Amino acid sequence: MLRASLIALCAALPTQADEIWVSNEKDDTISVIDVETLEVVRTIEVGERPRGITFSKDYSVLYLCASDDDSVQVIDPETGKILHDLPSGEDPEQFVLHPDDRHLYIANEDDAITTVVDTESRTVVAQIDVGIEPEGMAVSPDGKIAITTSETTNMAHWIDTETQELFANTLVDSRPRHAEFVKEGTELWVSSEIGGTITIFDVATQAEKGKIDFEVQGVHPDRVQPVGFEFTNGDTHAFVALGPSNHVAVVNAESYEVEEYILVGRRVWHMEFDRNREQLFTTNGVSGDVTVIDVASRTPTKTIKVGRFPWGAAFRPTE
Amino acid sequence: MRAALIALRAIVAREALRFIHQRERFIAALVRPLVWLLVFAAGFRAALGLSITPPYQTYITYEIYIVPGLLGMILLFNGMQSSLSLVYDREMGSMKVLLTAPLPRWWLLLSKLLGSTAISILQAYVFLGIAAAFGIVLPAWGYVAVLPALVLAGLMLGALGLALSSFIKQLENFAGVMNFVIFPMFFLSSALYPLWKMAESSRLLHDICAVNPFTHAVELIRFALYLDWNGAALGWTVLATGVFAALALWGYDPARGMSRR
Repeated sequence: MLRASLIALCAALPTQADEIWVSNEKDDTISVIDVETLEVVRTIEVGERPRGITFSKDYSVLYLCASDDDSVQVIDPETGKILHDLPSGEDPEQFVLHPDDRHLYIANEDDAITTVVDTESRTVVAQIDVGIEPEGMAVSPDGKIAITTSETTNMAHWIDTETQELFANTLVDSRPRHAEFVKEGTELWVSSEIGGTITIFDVATQAEKGKIDFEVQGVHPDRVQPVGFEFTNGDTHAFVALGPSNHVAVVNAESYEVEEYILVGRRVWHMEFDRNREQLFTTNGVSGDVTVIDVASRTPTKTIKVGRFPWGAAFRPTE
Repeated sequence: MRAALIALRAIVAREALRFIHQRERFIAALVRPLVWLLVFAAGFRAALGLSITPPYQTYITYEIYIVPGLLGMILLFNGMQSSLSLVYDREMGSMKVLLTAPLPRWWLLLSKLLGSTAISILQAYVFLGIAAAFGIVLPAWGYVAVLPALVLAGLMLGALGLALSSFIKQLENFAGVMNFVIFPMFFLSSALYPLWKMAESSRLLHDICAVNPFTHAVELIRFALYLDWNGAALGWTVLATGVFAALALWGYDPARGMSRR
């Protein structure tokens, strides 16, 4: 009897599952997806044109680029309330949180500037001149190097985080959108949307060490536009969003060969893994949905309707 | 009872024998949907993916969409083929031998129906196997779950074939069946395009497709392949099977005198 009622009680209590938070650029909202049921469980109103989205290291607050509000909003993930705004410079599009869990490196698309903001004192620490239309942002795992990619100058700008000054600029293909450090910070990957490539740099020498091309059967090469990418456990493979080709490529991170293309929704830009990197969630802007990919079998399992023009995604554990 | 079973075995065995002896027919029955799958669907490949309609959970390529329709095509052609063979039997006189068996007429017709459906399903699975070899793979359990749907759809189309065969007096008229039954049934259905796509071009076309029993048979197969339940499609398919079977019984009713040409 007791056991039965306990079971009934457990069934009645909503079990908390991990979440994926998706910023909807056109709706000015965040859609929260339950990782277990694969359904949208919450929709949160935020500032105008939300794009870059990331949690603090302890997941106690969410940082969100509200591009048309010219601010980075700090949101309480429990209540969904906006706690305060951070000064961010004009039109913040993407940002990255430094491993010190305190400094945000923000790309100001309209101003050709990278702004460094202290999230505790809520002040601008530095503004660094970079190329035109900065977008992609990355920080090395040791926190010593920050990267900004500029979409029009077609460069990756290497910033020394001690001095907050550029120490190198490397050319990449047309319109670089996203950058990531991999293999414990020894390699830097930069995707070029119009160039249709990913360029790989050796971090120690800033020299180019490889380039990845993409080719989706039946899709015009102009539509194959790599943007966001993420790495599987151990950095063995990269999943690369290929924009309006509606496909995600699986790239072997050792040989730099593309192993597979996975069909997702329309104009896929960014993505996020779940806790154990077993499922991948891609944001499909034009079709307004998120496709879930089973990482092991590399098959799309479900597509979930979210708001209009989903842009970025961030993982939030609930335990 | 024993006599009934003997008749069943004999009729099914005859169907099987006929099938085995006509290897061209087997190959033709497979080549037809495979041409559609590997040539037609390739042209319409829609590399950018088709929008999501139930039972699909995510974006799919056209090759994936067209598979249930092609399974329906196999069943449809086979159902018609067996009606063709009945017309042939009648012309040759072997049907008289069959129908004079001291068993109820409905039992003889049912046996014939079961025989032709079994062969249809065999072909359907071979087709699924070849499609899988070309990389068009469906959910593993879907291959099992689709069996009852294939049986029902096969019975429905077989019953339609039987009903038609009772009205077609000569082999030459079979071309008419092709023109007025097979083609409209196949093209005015959800086999090649989802119904919402039809509605985009014409509401009337959509409505015709929506009442076409073949649409429901195809949808039943489609949902079963994805382990999903479609009550409406099931209901319509069962109803259509009943109507076609009744028509066949009426057509072969000795009192009506089907042999009274």
